[in-house]
Amino acid sequence: MISRAYQHPLNGSRMPPGETLLDVSGITLRFGGITALDDVSFRVTQGHVHAVIGPNGAGKSSLLNCLSGLYRPQQGSATLHTRAEGSSTTTSDLVRMKPHRIAALGVARSFQNIELFRHLTVLDNLMLGRHVHMRHRLLASLAWYGPARRQEIEHRELVEEVIDLLQIQAVRHTPVGALAYGFQKRVELGRALCLQPALLLLDEPMAGMNAEEKEDMARYILDVHELAGVTVMLIEHDMNVVMDISNRVSVLDFGALIADGSPAEVSSDPEVVKAYLGEELSE
Amino acid sequence: MPATATGVFHRSYTSELRLRHTRAEKTRLVLVALLVLAMPFLVSPYWLTIVNQIGIAIVGAIGLNILVGYTGQISLGQGGFLAVGAYTSAILHMRADLPVPVSIALAVLTTAVIGAFFGIPALRLKGLYLAIATLASQEIILFTVRTWDAVTGGTDAISLPRLEMAGFVFTDDFHWYWIIAGFAVLAVITGRNLFRTGLGRSFMAVRDQDIAASAMGIDVTKTKVLAFAISSAYAGLAGALTAHYTGIVTWERFTLDVSVLYLAIIIVGGLGSIAGSVYGAIFMITLPALITRFGQDIQSAWSEAAAKVPAVQVIVFGLVIVLFLIFEPRGLNRIWQRMKDYIRFSPFRY
Ligand SMILES: Nc1ncnc2c1ncn2[C@@H]1O[C@H](COP(=O)(O)OP(=O)(O)OP(=O)(O)O)[C@@H](O)[C@H]1O
Ligand SMILES: [Mg+2]
Repeated sequence: MISRAYQHPLNGSRMPPGETLLDVSGITLRFGGITALDDVSFRVTQGHVHAVIGPNGAGKSSLLNCLSGLYRPQQGSATLHTRAEGSSTTTSDLVRMKPHRIAALGVARSFQNIELFRHLTVLDNLMLGRHVHMRHRLLASLAWYGPARRQEIEHRELVEEVIDLLQIQAVRHTPVGALAYGFQKRVELGRALCLQPALLLLDEPMAGMNAEEKEDMARYILDVHELAGVTVMLIEHDMNVVMDISNRVSVLDFGALIADGSPAEVSSDPEVVKAYLGEELSE
Repeated sequence: MPATATGVFHRSYTSELRLRHTRAEKTRLVLVALLVLAMPFLVSPYWLTIVNQIGIAIVGAIGLNILVGYTGQISLGQGGFLAVGAYTSAILHMRADLPVPVSIALAVLTTAVIGAFFGIPALRLKGLYLAIATLASQEIILFTVRTWDAVTGGTDAISLPRLEMAGFVFTDDFHWYWIIAGFAVLAVITGRNLFRTGLGRSFMAVRDQDIAASAMGIDVTKTKVLAFAISSAYAGLAGALTAHYTGIVTWERFTLDVSVLYLAIIIVGGLGSIAGSVYGAIFMITLPALITRFGQDIQSAWSEAAAKVPAVQVIVFGLVIVLFLIFEPRGLNRIWQRMKDYIRFSPFRY
């Protein structure tokens, strides 16, 4: 299925396409008096690009933060379905897990305001995407001995494929802090991809980009989705992009889920139109 | 090598992952190795004691840099951890009659465990608050040492006999040089190795962006505690070496001044750099020695000025740190790199 000669699958999920990958149920998140998420429920299907849209402050980022364990909602659950090779499906409730355990299950993400490891090179940032797949033994590391050295080389191969996919070869050895914004966004996508995600969460991957950069980024996301088969959940403000690349759209407004369906269904939904018109009127 | 080769190319990841690539780098390594071997034959006995102090400081500074420079956890507790290493090894050697290599090894492990314990506040605190918490651990450790008479001998010093191994007695600085240089080289090599593996990378990830680190699957809690443990292990080694090398262990050697000195070493040398730890140790130990030497030289001619040497020492010391913070926060290591680039690209500026 993959057109170029990539040897490593980027999709970390063994769920068959079309089955439920993530079941978000009744998530409620409050900050003091503010209800950032109000009883939100929906499903993410394996193999889909699932967009989450909504006006500013609707709770989109908060939702992603709940899924990656950075925020702890007061109520609700987010059940991730995973399948080990040849065995039956196991479920884990992400809401009750630490962020690093969630990452180990294959939930990878990018952030709205780029959160890269600034002083490290592109390569090191991407190698950190391999962290959960590596074994970190202290004595072997101090001695740069056998397994510690070998795994640096083994994992480098997948990382190089991601570098190739995202066309960032030239900046491999540049500290990410010194890169232009568009490149940083790409590196952040790359770092998440290196984890071989079962579910890829992208928080506004195209924010602050010009039309051309957006097009490139949309292309990369489609590559990841179509060629590599990764399930993507993305937050995006640009409706054209959302309509173009997503299979399903969930709409949040003031923390509540007001619509959930195909792009065509959602765009003709009167509530959605109202929420967006309301936003435009107030601006 | 073909005559047309103009740059460094790698044909495998293995070759790229080597620490040294160019002929200049390899030559430099050989020169440094020769210098290390020739050192005790080149310098006077006075300077050999300084060299030995530098060697021990290198071990301790690499330890502190792992924690502060690479993991981003500021620590004012270095003096305390050195004390734990020194006292543990001394006590195990004197009271439990363990051979020195065993007592040093156990001191390293003990300090690692105690360092990890005192690292627990780091899970919650950052920056200035962490600095205060580690300052507290420094004071708690020294307080324990001073008051736990039954074990540490309280404020009395512990004297240690000359080191004797397999019938050989290490009497002077020349003998000790080989032990200390061996450990310093080991510290440099293990430090370099650590930060080319995934484990060391996870430390730097926690330093740069701990939230993203956790979202990429790094257990931030475990990483911080481990950084404290590893860092303290090096400090414990430095402390134990000091104990047996000087033959005397007293709490006064491990006060807050020492913690500050070590911070100064890594700031001046370069945070987050193993080479910087070495440059910093050389610089910050040599500087006061030079000033003292200068004081002795003018003693006869101008005794008033000589009496002020300690004050001058403190001032110069402070000034150096401030100047580095202002003009080259990345330390001697950065200056050295710029010099190398300058020579390499000469006569072109870029
Ligand atoms: N850590 C926090 N502490 C307090 N309030 C928060 C926190 N994070 C989010 N909020 C509040 O929750 C609400 C939802 O914020 P969120 O960042 O999820 O919105 P968003 O949909 O991502 O908006 P945008 O499109 O601007 O990124 C906002 O009212 C915000 O002020
Ligand atoms: Mg947001």
